[in-house]
Amino acid sequence: MIFQVINMSFALPEIFMMVMACIVLLVSAFMGKDSSSVSYWLSQFTLLITAFIIYLSISGTGGITFYGSYIKDPLSDILKLSICIINIFVLSYSWYYLKVRNLFNGEYYALATFATLGMLIMVSSTHFITLYLGLELLSLCLYAMVAMKRKSAMATEAAMKYFILGALASGMLLYGMSIIYGATGSLSLASISTAIQIGHLDNTVLSFGLVFLTIGIGFKFGAVPFHMWLPDVYHGAPTAVTLFISTAPKIAAFSMIMRLFVDGLENLHQYWQGMLIVLSVLSMIIGNVVAIAQTNLKRMLAYSTISHVGFLLLGVLSGTNEGYAASMFYVLIYALTTSGSFGMIILMGRNGFEADNISDYKGMNERNPWFAFMMLILMFSMAGIPPMAGFYTKLMVIKSLISVDLILLAIIAVLMSVVGAFYYLRMIKVMYFENPIEQIKLQAPIDIRILFSSNALLVLLIGIFPSSLMTICITIFS
Amino acid sequence: MIALSDYLILGALLFSLSIAGVFINRKNIIILLMCIELMLLAVNLNFIAFSYFANDMAGQVFVFFILTVAAAEAAIGLAILVVLFRNLNTISVAELNTLKG
Repeated sequence: MIFQVINMSFALPEIFMMVMACIVLLVSAFMGKDSSSVSYWLSQFTLLITAFIIYLSISGTGGITFYGSYIKDPLSDILKLSICIINIFVLSYSWYYLKVRNLFNGEYYALATFATLGMLIMVSSTHFITLYLGLELLSLCLYAMVAMKRKSAMATEAAMKYFILGALASGMLLYGMSIIYGATGSLSLASISTAIQIGHLDNTVLSFGLVFLTIGIGFKFGAVPFHMWLPDVYHGAPTAVTLFISTAPKIAAFSMIMRLFVDGLENLHQYWQGMLIVLSVLSMIIGNVVAIAQTNLKRMLAYSTISHVGFLLLGVLSGTNEGYAASMFYVLIYALTTSGSFGMIILMGRNGFEADNISDYKGMNERNPWFAFMMLILMFSMAGIPPMAGFYTKLMVIKSLISVDLILLAIIAVLMSVVGAFYYLRMIKVMYFENPIEQIKLQAPIDIRILFSSNALLVLLIGIFPSSLMTICITIFS
Repeated sequence: MIALSDYLILGALLFSLSIAGVFINRKNIIILLMCIELMLLAVNLNFIAFSYFANDMAGQVFVFFILTVAAAEAAIGLAILVVLFRNLNTISVAELNTLKG
């Protein structure tokens, strides 16, 4: 075997983050009860420096390292950067949530840092082993985070459901990988792609493996009919954890589908397109229709997530560079908007009171016009009303469908976004046109208010000037 | 000589058994955990068979990683189970019904 010099510099952000995650873990283990603020600032520092390292290396050369298992390309750079930035927002919200309720110590931040590391590895993987390890590092941290509120029966039940279905999904994914490995004789996505391109392979075997890969990805994304865990976990987990699960891991899941289906199996496009069409149509219909019936805001946002996953898959299944760019734009805006919506729940709550029922927001405009307006921006963006960012994401996805002549699918998407608008607008109706039940004073400190406002205003700003982020997404795939 | 297809059929059987176990079993969460382990072992069998017949070591390396992750997964699963038992005083799957809608 020839000795190769491994280019470590491509993995510099992950190496830094791993070292720091271990330090955060040690600090929280040794300092015990009063470690939470130290580990919080340490993990924010880690995210910030990692983001900075990634930012510095964007203009540098890309390539594959670690014996063909690790890749640095424009896609991985941008996705990693956005994962770090979103997590800085998410951790700041969680910090307030946990501090007020006096929950958990430093271990929450240690787990969050390890989960972020898992996401970064997933984004950069170009080999089945790295993909699987990154995914499991992320998932195992998330199971533990959901179960962290030990005394709560709801949280532990949610954790158990999440664990069982998540492990089932990993098993499915692995079975698919083993079949693809058997058919192509390789675990590296690049050689799988060339093996399929050369031909002489049995397409029945490949599509058999593909079915299992699709099921695994569907579970991880929460696409119907593999969505059973999602509403329960969103509802049962502490809001800070729900916030964490619903934002950055979706970006990582998007990178997983891009690496597996586009980098590895693009020549099987005709096979996976059909499966993704079924997943996305069902997700859009079930997600939007069931969300109407919800009275719990967290559960409603969970079903809205399912419908957004349906929209996101539309761009991927179109199979064009334009579609991939649209999906990427969609997932980035989605993560930003969701972090704002759950941030709102955290901002409104206080110790002993979770503002997670829709009725808690009655007459919010009278109590707090500024935050009601911020929530209005977020809800409009999710519904896809211009000039919020959510409008352009839906527009781009549907445009990419029309350019490959999937007109019927585009019509279903538009119809379903109209159905979806109903429950987002109901939220606005509750805030603006109903009388408040009780006079709840907001207790959140000024920094968390500024953070939330800037999050919502960012959604508005990207909506008014969408071209810069859109251009980044399009240049990555051209 | 045992053929590749025999290994694959055994792997597929074990895999289907474990999936059936996850969905049919309504009594005991520990059985669910066992089914998940069985599923990963079925996958390992597939990998080893393919790797042996294709003369490629990568599949066997993957098996080591899967085994390691499976151990970590079992640890977390059992930890969640203990916490759950303290809260609900039962490990029956049918009792996991407070979250609905």
